[in-house]
Amino acid sequence: MDVALKELDEFIAARLGDKILEREVSRGELSITVHRDNIVGTLTLLRDDVHCQFKLLMDLCGVDYPENEERFCVVYNLLSLPLNLRIRVKVWTSEDVPVPSVTGIYSAANWWEREAWDMYGIYFTDHPDLRRILTDYGFEGHPLRKDFPLTGYVEVRYDDEQKRVVYEPVKLQQEFRSFDFLSPWEGMTPMLPGDEKAEVEADAEGEEA
Amino acid sequence: MAQTEIKNYNLNFGPQHPAAHGVLRMVLEMDGEIIDRADPHIGLLHRGTEKLIEYKTYVQAVPYFDRLDYVAPQNQEHAFCLATEKLLGLEIPPRGQYLRVLFCEIGRVLNHLLNICSYAMDVGAMTPMLWGFEERERLMEFCERVSGARLHMAYFRPGGVAYDMPEGLAEEIKEWADHFVGVIDDLETLLTENRIFKQRTVDIGIINAEQCYDWGFSGPNLRASGIAWDLRKAQPYDAYADMDFDIPVGKHGDCYDRYLIRMIEMRESVKIIHQAIDKMPDGPCKSENNKVTPPARADMKQSMEALIHHFKLFTEGMHVPAGETYTAVEAPKGEFGVYLVSDGTNKPYRCKIRAPGFAHLQAMDFLSKGHMLADVVANIGSIDIVFGEIDR
Repeated sequence: MDVALKELDEFIAARLGDKILEREVSRGELSITVHRDNIVGTLTLLRDDVHCQFKLLMDLCGVDYPENEERFCVVYNLLSLPLNLRIRVKVWTSEDVPVPSVTGIYSAANWWEREAWDMYGIYFTDHPDLRRILTDYGFEGHPLRKDFPLTGYVEVRYDDEQKRVVYEPVKLQQEFRSFDFLSPWEGMTPMLPGDEKAEVEADAEGEEA
Repeated sequence: MAQTEIKNYNLNFGPQHPAAHGVLRMVLEMDGEIIDRADPHIGLLHRGTEKLIEYKTYVQAVPYFDRLDYVAPQNQEHAFCLATEKLLGLEIPPRGQYLRVLFCEIGRVLNHLLNICSYAMDVGAMTPMLWGFEERERLMEFCERVSGARLHMAYFRPGGVAYDMPEGLAEEIKEWADHFVGVIDDLETLLTENRIFKQRTVDIGIINAEQCYDWGFSGPNLRASGIAWDLRKAQPYDAYADMDFDIPVGKHGDCYDRYLIRMIEMRESVKIIHQAIDKMPDGPCKSENNKVTPPARADMKQSMEALIHHFKLFTEGMHVPAGETYTAVEAPKGEFGVYLVSDGTNKPYRCKIRAPGFAHLQAMDFLSKGHMLADVVANIGSIDIVFGEIDR
């Protein structure tokens, strides 16, 4: 692992202590998980501390894990120019639990939080202007949720009689097809029943030789 | 005499305004001719790219990236390919890396030419557009010869590039690059010291370094404010570490500086194009791991294994180990990042696209406040936005 990243990892671990719920370095990327109530404090520290200086919020997005009790993960990707390092901060939340907005720390978070609200329905408190951003005016639902169908619910067309665009429930000429190409063999456990015998035999042979 | 009450005026700018660079609808709250508030309404080109990618295999996802910033498609593909390769833990052969660098720089020139020329047109100069597009046409012909498509190349694939260059193309690109330096000079004579152009751009839309950080700026817009930050230097990917080039840095962070930076960056790109061709090693242009890249057509006539690999790759696709990564490249517009979450299957679980234009357009309100209506047009042009990537 990179020395600078290791130092940063240790520094953050020491500074934030038990506020960090999870800490992980994989593929040269540092990622920490904090509780949503601590996100403002964590990001302020990361931005202002002289050992971090993560002054740029590069990205903010939601991820949906419907099987989890707290289904949404909000991911903040920060960049520090002086250290030339990145860090990923995550918080977990559910449909009806808001996350504190970080627009006070990074102005750039404004639209990204609007996008997360639009796409996932993650609610941010203290956001100055939490409107939908990418979907149509008057759109219903949150399209990037895993339980939202790929084809959506409504489609639009221009109605020549009414001289305007009208919304209609989506009609599919052919049912939506999602091919399952996943091979059943690769989904199996690496040890198949009976495999352990082969290993024992191989070991025995090895010892004899 | 009765006192007249002066009310603020709301003006709808776009979505069909030629200077809106696509489909930007901006609600401007104006006090006379002065902008009080600019509220960009985006999403008119929203196609749900991120959702669609979740339903496609990794190889099928590549062409979606062409359709984000359709002005420089290969740079977007690059980010996605690097992210996938990072999750796969895959090294790609040197020739593939050099080809990528070469076409990334061609993409950068494509982008900057379009931006500078359309920007000049926004503020009143017609000729650069005509000259610049001639060069763009030449470049797109190079793209066509290497991939078969002028614009939406789908040339970079996880594991390398789709095909090697045809014979003689390298020499032609070099020839073009030599000639192109003269075109940049010509464009500069039209614009750089042009009084009308300078009146429209100098000291318009100033943003300083701290404000750039706050608004998440990157790329030429960040460098125009005096920060020497370029991912090609700071976190080199592919063969950029072997390239020798300079990073231009601005002083004032106004529209004029942003124009100058792009102009100089094109010259640097020409330098990189020359180096990439001169230093390009021989060898395969994509990984030999046939679980990721398709086998050669000739092998498929002889080898059953190659045939199976081909079939499996284009139906099932590759399985990417579970994990997540945020991988970014220096796209011509700024930092283009892909946050890729894989769950171990053949389709991405989540693929968030970090478009530089999204952050830049967001600062429109900040940049335009207190300026005149005509300066809004100058600002939109100078931050270099394309709606394909903003709306996704």
